[in-house]
Amino acid sequence: MSSATQEKGGGAVATAPSEPILSDKEIDASCRFPVLVFFLSAAIWFSVSAILGLLVSIKLHSSGFLADCSWLTYGRIRPVQLDAMVYGFAVPAAFGVMLWLFCRLGRARLAAPGVLLLAAKIWNIGVLIGSIGILAGDSTGVEWLEYPRYALPFLLIAYALIGIWAALTFHARRQQQLYPSQWYLLAALFWFAWIFSAAQLLLVCAPVRGVVQICVNAWYASNLLNVWLSAVGLGAIFYFIPKLTGRPLYSYYFALLAFWGIALFGGWGLLPVNAPLPSWIPALSAVMSIAMILPILAVVLNLRGTLAGYRGTTPNPILSLIVFGALSFVLAQSMNVLSAIRPVNLLLAFTYFNAAQTHWMLVGFFGSAIFGAIYYVVPLVLDAEPFAAKKIRLNALALFGGVILYGGALALGGIFQGLNLNNPDVAFPDVVKGTLPFLHISTLGSLLIVVAGLLLSFNLVSVACRALCACCNGSKKSEARA
Amino acid sequence: MNFGPLIFLGIFFTMSLSWLGLVLGPQLQLGRQNPEPNDKTGQLYPQARSGMAHQGAEVYRANGCFYCHSQQVGPESFGSDFKRGWGSRRTVAADYLFDSPVMAGSQRVGPDLANIGVRQPDENFLLAHIYNPQSTLPSGMKSNMPRYPYLFERRRISGKVSPAAIRFPATFTGEEGYEIIPKRDALALVAYLKSLQSETPLFELPSLTPSTNVVADTNAVAGTNAPNGTNAPAGTNAAPSTNTPAK
Repeated sequence: MSSATQEKGGGAVATAPSEPILSDKEIDASCRFPVLVFFLSAAIWFSVSAILGLLVSIKLHSSGFLADCSWLTYGRIRPVQLDAMVYGFAVPAAFGVMLWLFCRLGRARLAAPGVLLLAAKIWNIGVLIGSIGILAGDSTGVEWLEYPRYALPFLLIAYALIGIWAALTFHARRQQQLYPSQWYLLAALFWFAWIFSAAQLLLVCAPVRGVVQICVNAWYASNLLNVWLSAVGLGAIFYFIPKLTGRPLYSYYFALLAFWGIALFGGWGLLPVNAPLPSWIPALSAVMSIAMILPILAVVLNLRGTLAGYRGTTPNPILSLIVFGALSFVLAQSMNVLSAIRPVNLLLAFTYFNAAQTHWMLVGFFGSAIFGAIYYVVPLVLDAEPFAAKKIRLNALALFGGVILYGGALALGGIFQGLNLNNPDVAFPDVVKGTLPFLHISTLGSLLIVVAGLLLSFNLVSVACRALCACCNGSKKSEARA
Repeated sequence: MNFGPLIFLGIFFTMSLSWLGLVLGPQLQLGRQNPEPNDKTGQLYPQARSGMAHQGAEVYRANGCFYCHSQQVGPESFGSDFKRGWGSRRTVAADYLFDSPVMAGSQRVGPDLANIGVRQPDENFLLAHIYNPQSTLPSGMKSNMPRYPYLFERRRISGKVSPAAIRFPATFTGEEGYEIIPKRDALALVAYLKSLQSETPLFELPSLTPSTNVVADTNAVAGTNAPNGTNAPAGTNAAPSTNTPAK
């Protein structure tokens, strides 16, 4: 059923004998600079977003904090924080993982990396301009698409360049048999281009009328957070868990089942039951969201089968990061299914529970899995020593602690908030008061996430500097020898 | 046999189903909706916002008010939106026809604002609340809302207090010798807030609370049987006829 048929493979196979088979080292070296740049900028944007997240979290319980400057008001730094996490961290990190895996799994070299470096620069400029635009008050007012229109050309041009490059790299593969990760990542590559441009067109450039905007926005948000993030994150998880444990993926078909399930059921939004829409729309959205149980189950069974009976000789912090990511996926998606059930939806629709779900998805699942991938891939592409396990473990602990404290506190707080909101005997200020303890705990969590982001950035910068120095010294030595 | 393109199309079609259902479907049903004459008054509903209120919507958008305040009221049988006095009927698609972007919100860190223009028509109260939310709350209660001093000008009083200055409730002690003048943005924002009224009874959605005005401007019967007009914050009774400014 895969496209790994011999006829198609013919072209590539015919050329293969003329070229020697590439070693892992050669492939990794060909991706060195683009992958490093994507991961480094992802780590830095993660830290920026985490720091803004800390400010946001403090503002939620101490509203006077940094309130007097328009650029730092809650309603402006919150979108900058979330968008930086998506467009600053997630997208470049996804590019890094995609390019490396397309090369590794396809046994092909990455061609002309200079174009990718240029595109990465354009993308980051776009994110920066967008962020500054929001802070200056130019937000579009559409959740998840706040970057003002003038940041768009940068993002679109950069994405087109990188997307074409990644697709060409995929096409140039010599290994025709496809691994599930390639399905996930290739679909993600095209899917982001489609949802992002469609949503920009229908919400920002030529907005649809009235409440249709609510539908389009829900469609985009769920495709971004459920389909796209899942595709990239699971693509990485299905590669790294077998790689790190040395056990084959339990079931190719479960992986494909999860893939089709997410593609089919993931993008139906999660509209509040009482949204100002004809009731078939929230109903349809809820039914599809509940059907997400199927792909979740497929992921759970697959991971359980792969990991069952695994006893590592030494604890591997990279594996912990990846497994924590996988568990967070299951948790976050289960939260989503739960809040699609009608009475639960009524209870939780407008509470911090949704923020917690987003957080588990973005930082718990995607963040953790990507941190693991970065720690695994970067030493390889730099041809450097692997990171010291102690360093990774410290970083992983900070991340886990932050995610659990922040996401856990907000999820619990959201449930209490929902109970109080739905009880008309509780006056609104008391609803607010009831959430305060949880908000205080979530601030602690944000602080740990800041630590995690800074540790990652620091580790990456230091290893990159060391590799660069070693490289320079090496070339000097060879000059001296000459 | 090469199945690659076929599989690609299959994936694309599968993923596009959500687009058909959640974008194309609603667009076909609601995308061409227009204001319609009200069956009682004959007036077109909804009406476009005034220029000032329109500018206020931009201030609302730029400062991200919608991250904390929703603008949607559920049906009476759901939740407590009605009992909190947030509306007398659920909000429907028609209420948002002139909004772009539609800022219906997804969180209720603060109260719903779909009908704030009905609940709180007092401009001075709204200005004081935006300048410093704490100023309009009885002592002992704490607001979670940030203050927005950058929408106002703090001026030393020279001679008489300006008529444009905010009059704060007695419980709030501002700075001695200074007055607070709203900038244009603040005035626009308040005009926008006052324009937020989704109470006009529609044919398919008659107003459910008997106390609410049949049409927004006939106050004759209002105030007689307001269900629980008691929890108004201090200093808000400029217009006693309105329903509860419940927070």
